[in-house]
Amino acid sequence: MTPRRLSPHGVAPYLFLAPFLLLFILFVAVPFAGSLWLAFRHGDAATGLAGLDYVGWHNFRFAGSDPLFWHSLGNTLMLTVMAGVPQHLLALGLSWAIYTRLGRASGWAGFVCMLPYVTSAIAIALVFMTLLSTEYGLINRWLALVGLGPVDWLHDELWVKVSIAALVCWRYAGWNTVLYLTALQALPASLLDAAAIDGATGWRRYWYVVLPQLRPMIVLASTLTLIGGCQLFDESFILAPDGGTSQSALTTSAYLYRLAFVNGDLGGATAMAWLLLVSTVTLIVAYQLLWGRGLWRRMA
Amino acid sequence: MRRARAGQLLALLWLAAAALLMLLPFWNLLVFSSHSSAEIFGLPPPADIGAQFPANLQALSATPFWQAMFNSAYVVLMSTLLCLAVSSMAGFALAVYRFRGQSVVLALAVLGMLLPPFMTVVPYFFWINQLGWLDQYRAVYMPAAVSGMGVLLMRQYICSAIPRCLLEIGRLDGCSEWRLYLQIVLPLCKPALATLGVVSFIAAWNSFLLPLVVLPSPEHYTVHVALRAMQSAAGGEWGVVMTGAMFAVLPTLAVLIIAARHWRSILSMTADAEN
Repeated sequence: MTPRRLSPHGVAPYLFLAPFLLLFILFVAVPFAGSLWLAFRHGDAATGLAGLDYVGWHNFRFAGSDPLFWHSLGNTLMLTVMAGVPQHLLALGLSWAIYTRLGRASGWAGFVCMLPYVTSAIAIALVFMTLLSTEYGLINRWLALVGLGPVDWLHDELWVKVSIAALVCWRYAGWNTVLYLTALQALPASLLDAAAIDGATGWRRYWYVVLPQLRPMIVLASTLTLIGGCQLFDESFILAPDGGTSQSALTTSAYLYRLAFVNGDLGGATAMAWLLLVSTVTLIVAYQLLWGRGLWRRMA
Repeated sequence: MRRARAGQLLALLWLAAAALLMLLPFWNLLVFSSHSSAEIFGLPPPADIGAQFPANLQALSATPFWQAMFNSAYVVLMSTLLCLAVSSMAGFALAVYRFRGQSVVLALAVLGMLLPPFMTVVPYFFWINQLGWLDQYRAVYMPAAVSGMGVLLMRQYICSAIPRCLLEIGRLDGCSEWRLYLQIVLPLCKPALATLGVVSFIAAWNSFLLPLVVLPSPEHYTVHVALRAMQSAAGGEWGVVMTGAMFAVLPTLAVLIIAARHWRSILSMTADAEN
């Protein structure tokens, strides 16, 4: 017996971990290390390992000086905000209404909220596409009934962003409602009673008593939205297959995909992925700092 | 009193409007799948169930759509089963044993959870190409089985739900560690396994980017890639595409309905794992 054993049960824990670690190394660690390697190489997949030359920081310089990259990053950010803000306002309102008005039926409400979330973005994007058709779409038909439109939902530079944001909002508003509902149901009932006794009712009760209690969940849920938003791909890929009019709906993920798998520039796309990762992490750190630094206290 | 009642009515109206908005696209999907292309792109556009569903279904069956449904089912089944097996074994090891490198494995699981897919998709494609796995289903289901969340969830559940003395009794009775896992721990983990199964089924079924990239040939398309190909095909019959889309959303809806009674525990369990 060796003096320092790995564990009291010998190799058993390692054997149980082996499948996970093997898959992790093959499908997470190797591709991740590969992204560091590939970001400094030039060539495409067809040429194989030997055809890839070391090009130093060229890919990063190329990505950094590519106006379309920065344009796509701006689009991604704008879509995230356009989809994220209404989605969380809706979710906060809905969760409060479900919590205070529905009582025992709140389980059903949660079920309805989860339906869009589990539905495939691709399939439902095709439905949205039909509804948003300029000439034959139901949305423009309804708008015409009240004397508005027609709006060119899928081809106008601004409206195509609105359409994609609406689809993202539709898919995730319910999910966030469920998150906020869970947080509300965890609140002590005595808190609301005490507030009522102190004379806080209606909006004042919600603003001064309930909302501060929801703060941790708001930070968590909106951070998740931000992370998801930076990766936006499916929705814009279907609604604006070629990036839309003047590339106004091209997200960075979609541009990455195009660069790697249409243009065959794996190195450039990988360098771009690194820039996107750095931007995402910076954004999230800044966002967390914003929440941490008394902004909330000044608001409430 | 009257004000309170007006408030109640307003809140209910607002909830009903939100529910309607959430359900409307599903209704439209049903409507569109029962009309021909000419009817969908005609004036006025259809607002009610039509009569073309059988015709659409027939046209759909003439395309490789059912092959794509089958491909999706196969990939999803494999990735879900593999994910359950791999995560429960790793979770068991992390919950039951004390060993060197334990915290490293935990950190890896968390890191793997945080790594965004766009980061690895390009080098993954290159790597798969080197392995000669391009256009093979395992290139999709193997990575989908690696779930940091799954490992953390299983570890959490085994830690909290399985009494230590049960394992000690098993060992005293001469039970091997493998049988301990397979015959004592796994049967007690059914709620956690069901939760992880539901979550990974839904994620795998809706996965789009990975199959789009690593399964390029049409006979290996998963259902969403096939739908996307039908969308971009010139002169595509839109009613047929809509019928396909309807079948593509059914499996996750079915899983949600089956899991509906337990969704609260599913939610709290996944939230626990993520904390």
